[in-house]
Amino acid sequence: MIPLNLADGAPPALHGVTEAPPALDWWLLAPFLVLFGAGVLAVLFEAFWPKDSRRTVQIALAALALLVTFVLLILQVEAVGDGTTVANGVLAVDRTVLFFQGTVTVLALVSLMLIAERRDGRDAFSAQAATVPGSEEERTHILAGSQHTEVYPLVLFAVLGMLMFPASNDFLVMFIALEVMSLPLYLLCGLARRRRLFSQEAAVKYFLLGAFSSAFFLFGIAMVYGYAGSVNFGVIRLAVESGGAEIFADGNGEPLLLMGVGLVAVGLLFKVGAVPFHNWKPDVYQGAPTPITALMASCTLVAAFGALLRVFFVPFGTSAQIWEPMLWTVAVLTMVVAALVAVTQRDIKRLLAYSSVVHAGFILTAVVAGSVDGLAGAMFYLAAYGFTTLGAFAVVTLVRTRDGGQELGDIDRWAGLGRRSPALALALSLFLLAFAGIPLTSGFIGKFAVFEAAVAAGAAPLVVVGVLSSAVTAFFYVRIIVVMFFRDSEGEGPTVARAGLLTGGVITVGVAATLALGIFPGPVLDNLLPSSEPGQEPAAVMVDQVTAVPGEE
Amino acid sequence: MAVTRHHAYLAAEPAVATAADSAVLSNAWLLIALPLAGAAILLLGGRRTNGWGPLLATALPVGSFVWAVLALFELLGRDAAERSVSVPVYEWFAAGDFSARINLLVDPLSISFVLLITFVGSLIHVYSLGYMAEDPGRRRFFAYLNLFVAAMLVLVLADNFVLLFLGWEGVGLASYLLIGFWQYKPAAATAAKKAFLINRVGDIGLLVAIMIMFTVLGAVSFSDVFAAVPGAGDGVLLAIGLLLLLGACGKSAQLPLQAWLLDAMEGPTPVSALIHAATMVTAGVYLIVRAGPIFEGAPVAQTAVMTVGAATMLAGGIIASAKDDIKKSLAGSTMSQIGMMVLAAGLGPVGYVAAIAHLVTHGFFKAGLFLGAGSVMHGMNDGVDMRGYGGLASKMPITFATFGLGYLAIIGVPFLSGWWTKESIISATFGIGGTAGMVFGTAVILGAALTAFYMSRMVFMTFLGRKRWDEGVHPHESPVSMTAPMVVISIGSVFLGAFLVLGDRFAGFLAPAVGAEPHHFTVGHALTAPYGLAALAVLVLGVALAWFAYLRKPVARTAPDGNLVTDTARNELYGNEINEGLFMRPGQVLTKALVVIEDKVVDGAVNGIGAGVRDSSTGLGRTQTGFARTYALTMLLGAVIVAATLVVRF
Repeated sequence: MIPLNLADGAPPALHGVTEAPPALDWWLLAPFLVLFGAGVLAVLFEAFWPKDSRRTVQIALAALALLVTFVLLILQVEAVGDGTTVANGVLAVDRTVLFFQGTVTVLALVSLMLIAERRDGRDAFSAQAATVPGSEEERTHILAGSQHTEVYPLVLFAVLGMLMFPASNDFLVMFIALEVMSLPLYLLCGLARRRRLFSQEAAVKYFLLGAFSSAFFLFGIAMVYGYAGSVNFGVIRLAVESGGAEIFADGNGEPLLLMGVGLVAVGLLFKVGAVPFHNWKPDVYQGAPTPITALMASCTLVAAFGALLRVFFVPFGTSAQIWEPMLWTVAVLTMVVAALVAVTQRDIKRLLAYSSVVHAGFILTAVVAGSVDGLAGAMFYLAAYGFTTLGAFAVVTLVRTRDGGQELGDIDRWAGLGRRSPALALALSLFLLAFAGIPLTSGFIGKFAVFEAAVAAGAAPLVVVGVLSSAVTAFFYVRIIVVMFFRDSEGEGPTVARAGLLTGGVITVGVAATLALGIFPGPVLDNLLPSSEPGQEPAAVMVDQVTAVPGEE
Repeated sequence: MAVTRHHAYLAAEPAVATAADSAVLSNAWLLIALPLAGAAILLLGGRRTNGWGPLLATALPVGSFVWAVLALFELLGRDAAERSVSVPVYEWFAAGDFSARINLLVDPLSISFVLLITFVGSLIHVYSLGYMAEDPGRRRFFAYLNLFVAAMLVLVLADNFVLLFLGWEGVGLASYLLIGFWQYKPAAATAAKKAFLINRVGDIGLLVAIMIMFTVLGAVSFSDVFAAVPGAGDGVLLAIGLLLLLGACGKSAQLPLQAWLLDAMEGPTPVSALIHAATMVTAGVYLIVRAGPIFEGAPVAQTAVMTVGAATMLAGGIIASAKDDIKKSLAGSTMSQIGMMVLAAGLGPVGYVAAIAHLVTHGFFKAGLFLGAGSVMHGMNDGVDMRGYGGLASKMPITFATFGLGYLAIIGVPFLSGWWTKESIISATFGIGGTAGMVFGTAVILGAALTAFYMSRMVFMTFLGRKRWDEGVHPHESPVSMTAPMVVISIGSVFLGAFLVLGDRFAGFLAPAVGAEPHHFTVGHALTAPYGLAALAVLVLGVALAWFAYLRKPVARTAPDGNLVTDTARNELYGNEINEGLFMRPGQVLTKALVVIEDKVVDGAVNGIGAGVRDSSTGLGRTQTGFARTYALTMLLGAVIVAATLVVRF
């Protein structure tokens, strides 16, 4: 794909310039192809399927595609063994990747339930996003019952990007995955049915800042290419070990590498929302339609961290001493600043956004640990957090104002919810306690796993900061519980929309996963996550097909 | 839940039960789960379980008992050396070399307790069906009873001190709920609070002991702690030993933490029976025997145990001799008998089997006595003053017969249950030799004399002599649901001791678990040895004294003025006053001082931190302007930070 002849030496065997078409393993590519095919098909349906039944068909198609993808991923787990790369080495398929992909798929399926939920015959999306908010045209569309079934193909494309993002074994493919994932999300953010200006503002901000960060990322790729002479992760890893491509034989290539690592890091840290690249999160989470926020908070975070872990552990895995101090700083900033700012938030969606930022900080401590245990801890944390946060946002969609029935974000007006809808309030309390990391919830196990890994790797000060930050976050989680259960409602409180089958299902799944992973985490910890042998690097469980696996030499 | 390092867990591991080995043992958690489920169903099920709830709550401990019997046979089917079975129940999670899990330990010691708890506990449940038939809160009552049994089973089945502590606290909670069951009675509410508070003092001892184990010995599971004992310093073992003793004193109502037990009589009588016979007060003896290796490494702590036991034994006997309230007199008796067991447990391995054997037989006859007392009260309009009883034998023949058998057993009439096990304790105590053997042995003989006196007094005042009933009291025999358990228990009171002691059955069974040499018991020796004869002599003496004072002379309806000694005894040896002077008043002063510190220093700091967090939150929040340009600028700043930290690596 990429001509590689910077130096005179022969290109690495696996990564040569190809005259012959690449051999493609269709079987291993099938999950991507299913999603892509379903997305394309959905676009065609959008154009040709009769309007009356289009929505039903779109939902069914999306659900089916995600299910098939999940089944394919499960089937691949046994088949891949120690892992391999496909399509000329640009995508990796190993158990770590499959875990991330499987998690994203399941979370996307659950999010889809929220996206498909309708109340009073309307879903969470605007009738016709292209109309000017408040205009006559808009009213016409509302009266005509128009709806944006384009949401479903967009979600399918976004999920396709999310599956590629953590599987990329090549920086250019990773960049494409990043854009495939992000572009549909930018659109989806602007489709809210209510408070449309707010939603559009969020979408534009997200797009502008996302483009900004993509520029950083792309520029970083260029630097890394200049340093290593390749965009393939395995080749870069070897190049970093040997001090750069051959033109840097006298060892003057480091500045390029530093710039590359830094700029790529900015792009990735933006996606996970670490401080100081987090500003978009509260605004976008608040403005976007809540089902889309749920999708972003769960799936996007998992995919972004999957990619971040892969980048720092595989291509940059041998230069940990370079980036560790940087990630230390970012992790500390993230945990401290986000926790502090969250304390005075009044809006539930903004608060959950800051909460997501703090959690990103906790997971970064596992990245800093740079060990297989850290990787496993981060993987568990992400899966656990994904389900909990989906449940929390599902609850948010149900609590509404009495007049007009839009979502009621103001936490202070949630007083008395515990008395009016005890089951809902209890479920949200469970999610909040899980966020706070209280034992017997999945949040505790996740936190314990990442902090244990960080301590084992000698990052104890980071863990101290993390625990203190946890204490601060516990304050505002518990405050919500206090408001719901121990404060009488002043004036008219919120109404609680009846949880339909879909939203109820999402909350149930969230509760079940939060409890199951908190009380019986053993099966997941033991069977699904990589386990370490002493002294093993995380790259040992992340295949790149070029470098030999450490420990097997 | 044990939090242990894996590598520390390798030493002296008991045989691990496997599923293939036996379904009974590997599912030993059912022993606990059944009564716990009962408590959950009755409490959560609410009013709709009113009808069948008590029956279910009675059936579940019976189920546990059946399971325990099956487990007993499983154990008997194994070699004597392989009867300690560790049963993994639940591993919460393991991260790195860290593991948090729940394991049970089924061995002869724990299964003995399980059998006692579930058997006597089940009978008390049956009895309660009759006793509490009219009570509006009976569903709640049965739920608490189940909780009590479940907590006690956790306590004795734990394979580590932390899980034991969980059960320990569960017992404390359940006893609080049950003693204060009639919480509309101020006395009951106060008694419950008192029991709870005094138990907390003991709990602190146990808790600190566990903390020392964890920090110094690096383990909390029995096997690891005991494996670490030989390498531990004397001071550490002494500290742990004394703290464990403090814990045992709280639960077992030993001096100086005895004051709650007499007040606890405010609870319904089946609760008293449960507390005194099968659960709660036996926990302290269990703890001391279970932690035997620690005490054996700390002789001073052992002496302390014996001293506390002997002192409580005598104090309890004196209190029991002076009380006119039948339940309080029985409570004094319990103090005394438990004191005797604690003394025996302090003897080291030679005393363990004797202590536990006496505990088991005592469980039977004390349950029988309490159930009998409840039956009497049932017939006497809930009157508890023995001076208002008298001549009840003809009105309540079954109660009289079962109570009488329990009475004969507890005072140690030869060949009844109490005789066998009390003789074992006496011979073991004299057996340690030296001055200590003489002093403590004499104390036990004295305790036996007191027992004979106060129990005879109780029987004479209640069932024999002149009728002193108040007007409107029409004594009658109790319903069969109450008398049937009494009959069953009285059979145990008569024969169980012989069954356990003859042929050294119990000793041989228990010895491997507690690390004791099987102690040989010969009937002829017990009857002819000097101490055996002395025990018989004081028995006769005690009964005779009681006969002179309470049967030959008429008993006054109201208590006559006492002298200094009787006043002291009636006031429970001024235990409450001592507590108030030594602990309560200084405690109140300390609390007031702490409140001042709390208000000024702690609150100030907390509020200061809170304000600081809020201010910084507001300040940082200002960076969230809502303008995409500001955000981009922040990102640029972030990129600078990233660049800086990449170049200047710290």
